[in-house]
Amino acid sequence: MKPPRSHRETGGPHARSMTPPTNVPATDAPAVSARALVKQFGDQRAVDGVDLEIRRGEVFGVLGPNGAGKTTVLKMLATMLPIDGGTAEVFGHDVRREPHLVRQLIGVTGQDASVDENLTATENLWLFARLLGMGRNDARARSMTLLEQFDLTEAASKPISAFSGGMRRRLDLAVSLLTRPPLIFLDEPTTGLDPRTRGQMWDTIRELVVDGCTVLLTTQYLDEADQLADRIAVIDHGRKVAQGTADELKSSVGRSTLQVQLNDPDDLAITAEIAQRMVGEAALSPEARRVNIPLRSTDQSIEVLVALRDRGVSIDSVTVQKPSLDEVFLALTGHDTHPSGADASDEAADPTDLMETTR
Amino acid sequence: MTTTAPTLDLPTRVSVSDALSQTMTLAWRATMKMRRNFEQLFDVTIQPLLFTAMFAYIFGGAISGDVSSYLPIIIPGLIGQTVLTACVATGVQLREDMDKGVFDRFKVLPIARIAPLAGPMVADLIRYLIASVLTFATGFAMGYRPGGGILGVTGAVALAVIAGWSLAWIFTWFGIIGRSAQGVQGISLMVMFPLTFLSNAFVPTDTMPNWLQTFADLNPVSHVISAIRELANNGHLGAETGWALLGCAALVAIFAPLSLRTFNAKM
Repeated sequence: MKPPRSHRETGGPHARSMTPPTNVPATDAPAVSARALVKQFGDQRAVDGVDLEIRRGEVFGVLGPNGAGKTTVLKMLATMLPIDGGTAEVFGHDVRREPHLVRQLIGVTGQDASVDENLTATENLWLFARLLGMGRNDARARSMTLLEQFDLTEAASKPISAFSGGMRRRLDLAVSLLTRPPLIFLDEPTTGLDPRTRGQMWDTIRELVVDGCTVLLTTQYLDEADQLADRIAVIDHGRKVAQGTADELKSSVGRSTLQVQLNDPDDLAITAEIAQRMVGEAALSPEARRVNIPLRSTDQSIEVLVALRDRGVSIDSVTVQKPSLDEVFLALTGHDTHPSGADASDEAADPTDLMETTR
Repeated sequence: MTTTAPTLDLPTRVSVSDALSQTMTLAWRATMKMRRNFEQLFDVTIQPLLFTAMFAYIFGGAISGDVSSYLPIIIPGLIGQTVLTACVATGVQLREDMDKGVFDRFKVLPIARIAPLAGPMVADLIRYLIASVLTFATGFAMGYRPGGGILGVTGAVALAVIAGWSLAWIFTWFGIIGRSAQGVQGISLMVMFPLTFLSNAFVPTDTMPNWLQTFADLNPVSHVISAIRELANNGHLGAETGWALLGCAALVAIFAPLSLRTFNAKM
């Protein structure tokens, strides 16, 4: 089923670098093209008319709060859930009509490590390599390469139950890369990982793209989307509410807020007037003698403060706050990052909701 | 968007030989699981030893006058019972498996949809084999000398394995439609006990009330046990074996399509 492997992959000086994907279709169709995707769970629309177009070779981030429908979109594109409405194509192949073909072009790594708890790392790789049609020698060689590449050689013969969360996730990704699929789906690849492991996972994802893979990743973290994704779609209540590069999204919600506490409540009006002139708006809290001024960039705070001094405004305290993740979501979706009503069943039960601690 | 002609030559479906090799790979996985979780084999190892001794010594005197003349009746009966118990585990373990993350990966692999179901069923043939061989061995240790000789006993074991595979389809279906492993276990035991005890496994059916006797005589498990008795005790391949195989075929004809349909819907 698979072409013979070259010897280069089985080790040597380039062991750390990934190998380009095989099976890359030569059509010029985009990696993913989805139109008006719909998923209905009972009387709840988990996904409600989502359009996505993912170019080849890019990292596309699907950002959204818990239960927004991110995982459901991914599962439909990856042939894991039936599509209830709309169309989806992967490299020009209809996901509904040609699922077997699409499955040969994708790798999927989910939120819960989809590896066999009863087997060791080596046995897991062997199992899936054989299922994917590799010969015995190929399966063995490729497993060894991946174990080395993902830093799992030492733990290769340990049972998975002894693995840390990060090791499980790495093994999971290694299994997804067995046949070097040209399109990789990563469902919340770093949820529940500690910061160091998270950084390692980011590096791994970047390497995938360098080698020519296309990546679709879902995440609840703006900084993750920021770090990795070329373009981001924000999903909420099963709908796409925004799309663009990380910079575009951030500037659409304002970057930072300057909070000025005044000594004299009489200065409120003049402060508001200056803010109106310089940045176009300001929020007053007269009872607290406070003014919140949204900034285009943090540097702008200096200009505003200088203008206040020039007008003789006396200041009690000043803080500059970057927008929190909650504020970004709030601006884009009109509510915070707590699970929304349109819970997709597969996301609602996620116990590793780190949003609480990132705020 | 219309599909432009793909230049890649990827297969659009799984070939039969690939499906077979995928099934065997998943059967290998199931045997690894058995090896790592030895307690999963208790029902086919400890139980035959314990039950054979228990039933023979408790009921032997009452039913057949003495233990040794009860053995030719009870050993085939217990094989039927043990294999049925092993079938229940087939369904329960399938449910547990389907609830795990690894099943999500099976869904997204370009493999035959049926392979994750067929693999464990192939591996479970080993369990039915262990169960029937151990029961015979325990009986032998207690003084049972099957009149059918090696050939008869081999035939009886083969029939027990075939029957186990066929009966397992009932519990496989429960495993697929069940919501939790406990639920599957519960409903499976509710079906398993009547199938076992409302049969000729432990007592001759002519001591039962008429309506019960009718059920027991129609019960495919009764026919399997009768056939095992004929094969093991007399080396006779007769009508009972035919009825037993027919009963097994009927069970497969009903529960295999049911299972496959619900399983495919969930894959």
